Amino acid sequence: MEAVSRPVTAELPIGSDADLSRVRQRVRQAATDLGFGLAQQTKVVTAASELARNTLVHGGGGLMEMTSLDDGHRRGLRLSFVDHGPGIRDVELALTDGYTSGGGLGLGLGGARRLMQHFTIDTTPGQGTTVTVEAWEQGVPTARRGTP
Amino acid sequence: MTVPWPSRPAQVPVLALGDVLLVTLQGELLDTAAEQLQQDIAQRVARSGATGVVIDISGVDIVDSFLGRVLAEIAANARLMAARTVLAGMRPAVAMTLVELGLTLPGLATALDVERALELLSGHPLAAVPSDPGKEDT
Repeated sequence: MEAVSRPVTAELPIGSDADLSRVRQRVRQAATDLGFGLAQQTKVVTAASELARNTLVHGGGGLMEMTSLDDGHRRGLRLSFVDHGPGIRDVELALTDGYTSGGGLGLGLGGARRLMQHFTIDTTPGQGTTVTVEAWEQGVPTARRGTP
Repeated sequence: MTVPWPSRPAQVPVLALGDVLLVTLQGELLDTAAEQLQQDIAQRVARSGATGVVIDISGVDIVDSFLGRVLAEIAANARLMAARTVLAGMRPAVAMTLVELGLTLPGLATALDVERALELLSGHPLAAVPSDPGKEDT
């Protein structure tokens, strides 16, 4: 099912730890506005914090694009983290828990992938990395109608 | 008490309660403030001879791997200086997120709130040690 995306609702610079804080606040606000529950808000904001820090630390800074989604049944949030840094040479390795090149715990990418429902990396060595994640509203499953 | 921003990020006060240092984290904590706190606590433990550190995170709505690492390092620093650290008041949503993130902070003692953390540090010193082999009743 193809998600209908509205225009980018926000674009935030990522160049300092104060920007990381702004990213967390804006993502929290967006997740609240979309009606995400507290647990999911916390997961989305945490994943955004991990990915924004990667953009800052490994990508040398960049930006986050935030788009709200609606597939006709549920609402969602897409976040893209874009940098023009060195890129990731071995994506599988970078996704491995505990692997780090930045002095952190090595949980950022893999952890963000677990916290979100959709995760893609587009990276070219020497040109940069874009990580895109999506979270969708997780309501109580609706009862199926019309089934005999 | 307002400090001009962003020349100096908000600092986290460290209060002394007898032999225990109490640190209350609130809301958004910048990376630089977290690293500053790590240094402040280590210095305060060394200077005051505190035997316990309680970090109240009930007002913190997210803990990412950076803050998690800082908290674990604060506890490790304090332990090397003979002080025990208890993390108090983690919100349920934060706990669930940390587990999914893969960050379960195994070396860190926890309590549901500050009162229980202080009890843990004063009443049952050994109970605060996360893994204490060879202490079972037989």
